[in-house]
Amino acid sequence: MSTVRLSFSPAPVHVRTARLVGVAVARRAGVAEELLDEVRLAIGEACARAVALHRQYGLKDLVLMEMSDEGPYVVRVIDRAPIEAGLGLAALPPDELADESLTDEALTVGVGFALLAGFVEDLQVRPVAEGIGTEVRMVWPLPR
Amino acid sequence: MELSLATRTVAEHTVLEVGGEVDVYTAPRLRERLVELVDGGARKVVVDLGRVDFLDSTGLGVLVGALKRLRAAGGGLDLVCDKEPLLKIFRITALDQVFPIHPSVDAAIAATSDGPEA
Repeated sequence: MSTVRLSFSPAPVHVRTARLVGVAVARRAGVAEELLDEVRLAIGEACARAVALHRQYGLKDLVLMEMSDEGPYVVRVIDRAPIEAGLGLAALPPDELADESLTDEALTVGVGFALLAGFVEDLQVRPVAEGIGTEVRMVWPLPR
Repeated sequence: MELSLATRTVAEHTVLEVGGEVDVYTAPRLRERLVELVDGGARKVVVDLGRVDFLDSTGLGVLVGALKRLRAAGGGLDLVCDKEPLLKIFRITALDQVFPIHPSVDAAIAATSDGPEA
């Protein structure tokens, strides 16, 4: 039963650190070895999304990642961007992915959500309880 | 592992070998290299992901950007990948229907060469 928190400046270079920490804590908590690649990818996507939003809005606030294994393995990535985020973004159909009109940024966002939704069975994207921002909550089972 | 990039030419093809982690931090360097190649006249580009051990949505965005640039110039971009975890990423994002993906560089070159078998 433990909690680990990591806060980092919204810089792309720190996303790798967040992935490493997230996977190390997952391994320590007992997440199945075959799930660790997915944990790594999903944490990377959630943190990259938060960093991109902070940069887009010129926010210097730290991105917060909290890992907990008090029930299943729960990772929460919290940003402070003033947007109404949700999982409403549908996966992009293949014929639109390579469409000229789709910007690289829009494609990356769409693909990022597709990866999160594809790799995390238990995923929630919701406004934070207090203040401004969004929480991406990801849950992986632990053997008991 | 840090990003590594190595370019070689095989007949009319430009093969870019990518290794290490392609993520939100390193993807800009991959983008720069691909833009350089296209600006330098490369049209048949094969990106070998064989030594990539991490690829995120930013990296995928860079690859799609290069694909569009090459197609607009009358060229194409093929990928080499035979690792199941990476292939799963392409399937989940439906990008396996956007990129031709080959199991080896030889297969990619054979599939995109002009000639009777093309």
